[in-house]
Amino acid sequence: MGFFLETLIGGLMAGMLYALVALGFVLIFKASGVFNFAQGAMVLFAALAMARFAEWIPGWFGLEGSYLGTAAAFVVAGALMFVVAWLIERLVLRHLVNQEGATLLMATLGIAYVLEGIGSTMFGSSIYTIDVGMPKDPVFLFEGIFPGGLLINKEDFIAALIAAVLVGLLTLFFQKTTTGRALRAVADDHQAAQSIGIPLNRIWVIVWCVAGLVALVAGVIWGSKLGVQFSLSTVALRALPVVILGGLTSVPGAIIGGLIIGVGEKLSEVYLGPMVGGGIEIWFAYVLALVVLLFRPQGLFGEKIIDRV
Amino acid sequence: MLYRENGQFKTSYAADQQIFPITQDRWAIIGILVFAFVAVPLLVDEYMFRAILIPFVILSLAALGVNLLVGFCGQITLGAGAFMAVGAYAAYNFHIRIEGMPLLASLLLGGLTSAAVGIVFGIPSLRVRGLYLAVATLAAQFFTDWVFLRVPWFTDYASSGSVSVSNLQVMGWQINNPLNKYLFCLAILTVFALMAKNMTRSAIGRQWMAIRDMDVAAEVIGIRPLFAKLSAFAVSSFFVGTAGALWGFVHLASWEPAAFSVDRSFQLLFMVIIGGLGSIMGSFFGAAFIVILPIALNQLLPAIGDLVGVEISTAGISHAELIIFGGLIIFFLIKEPHGIARLWSTGKEKLRLWPFPH
Repeated sequence: MGFFLETLIGGLMAGMLYALVALGFVLIFKASGVFNFAQGAMVLFAALAMARFAEWIPGWFGLEGSYLGTAAAFVVAGALMFVVAWLIERLVLRHLVNQEGATLLMATLGIAYVLEGIGSTMFGSSIYTIDVGMPKDPVFLFEGIFPGGLLINKEDFIAALIAAVLVGLLTLFFQKTTTGRALRAVADDHQAAQSIGIPLNRIWVIVWCVAGLVALVAGVIWGSKLGVQFSLSTVALRALPVVILGGLTSVPGAIIGGLIIGVGEKLSEVYLGPMVGGGIEIWFAYVLALVVLLFRPQGLFGEKIIDRV
Repeated sequence: MLYRENGQFKTSYAADQQIFPITQDRWAIIGILVFAFVAVPLLVDEYMFRAILIPFVILSLAALGVNLLVGFCGQITLGAGAFMAVGAYAAYNFHIRIEGMPLLASLLLGGLTSAAVGIVFGIPSLRVRGLYLAVATLAAQFFTDWVFLRVPWFTDYASSGSVSVSNLQVMGWQINNPLNKYLFCLAILTVFALMAKNMTRSAIGRQWMAIRDMDVAAEVIGIRPLFAKLSAFAVSSFFVGTAGALWGFVHLASWEPAAFSVDRSFQLLFMVIIGGLGSIMGSFFGAAFIVILPIALNQLLPAIGDLVGVEISTAGISHAELIIFGGLIIFFLIKEPHGIARLWSTGKEKLRLWPFPH
């Protein structure tokens, strides 16, 4: 029982991290109808920027060893993501308004290549570490209830906490601020939003900025867990089943989808994996999402698709 | 001036319904075929065959298959690499497990197996549409990656996980040098392209296009979505699977699952979108563009670096390749979202009216 709970909690935490990447997809899809395959590349780019600035900035200003250097690196990397977002909107998406979904998808794949290339050119392509001072030692919980207690990784726990806080902040932003309301209006209906004077182009820049910021947070957390390297851009592929399971247009869907996929992956790997030779977590997530889609084609929380002839 | 259809009267149904109704088109296609089968082997050296022509021919075949599904039936797929893998490994197993299996038969059986798998993974398309479907097809990709890596039966218990075939021959014709490999693949491509063209002109192709344009309306006028969608998946997977078998047998000769990774799927989708969705010709343009561009960049960049006196490291070149490749794809999508095939047909239209602008 203790082992089962441990796996379950591990899955929930991993799911929170998937949800963080999935959130980037959903934000952009909601507001502009673009399925952003570059989200993984953005995570990699942001993580690379963070890792390298955290190394460089203390050297420039003599801030070695203080949290100030890390904080400055985070701010600079965030600013860089804003620039990237602005450039993407300016150079690519503005010219592709009203194109088909598949064309936009391919364009974002092109963006992914460009970002990966520029990232490696600017920041180098070896493996870097991000150290934001998260405790790495495991802790034991509920030792009185279960024999031996539950082993939980503190780092995972803090990461999940950060993800939860970020989701809360985003929800507040979407519900309570004027800009957030404008974003939701654009998501509902482009034309109607434009007709009441919401500037579409600016909204799209803002959405990409927010997605860039989410990518930065995801990059920092994933990067400090796994190290910053090229394979980080494949976390997007791990997060895709989360997005379709939860529904492309739903922020809560991304979170709950992430938790379901995280738990499903871990449980299947532990209990089903040994029977068939292991390594099944990546396709299991996709098959799980596929089975759900067969019953709810728009995902668990997506907007209902209505066909009119 | 030369490209005119004036005076070409059709006096029979056969003449009216032939593939190329314009005489000049017919001559052009015969010219291209003669060029590909006779002139190219005389002109080209071995490196060109191995690095460019054979990959181009095989990937054209795969792109053709993807285009039937994405361009004609409107079902976006990101799992084409998976069906290449299924084709390759199925053909491999038919080839080594059945004594005296002819090469062509194993290739086609590989394609047929891939078609069967395609039908299974096509079933979600009956419920799921658009981008949801695109992501759902990735399930096929990751599942086959895993199967061919982890289930040793498929790779004949090879210890390294990679499989190889040798001594390819068709009825005594040894396919052992690049020239013969090229001719063999080209012959298959020609037959398959003719098949694809005819399919898109006949009832089944029209059903696919009706489903693509609006599936609810198609259903209302009596087209069975089940049959149309699954047949598109089957035919497309058959093409892609055969291409995969060729890629493994003829081009690589020895391969492992990484040869058919998700990057291959993206590459194939790039080909059909850059080439032109819903165009047979476009598949060839797209394949040529995607095959040649990286090689050209690889050759050109160091030369340009030398010219301006900057030494570019190998890593720098591969990064620059990524940037330019991605940039060009975006550029093409912005400038001509309907693909190179659209440029081609615009050019033909202009030529017909020349020297008048309208």
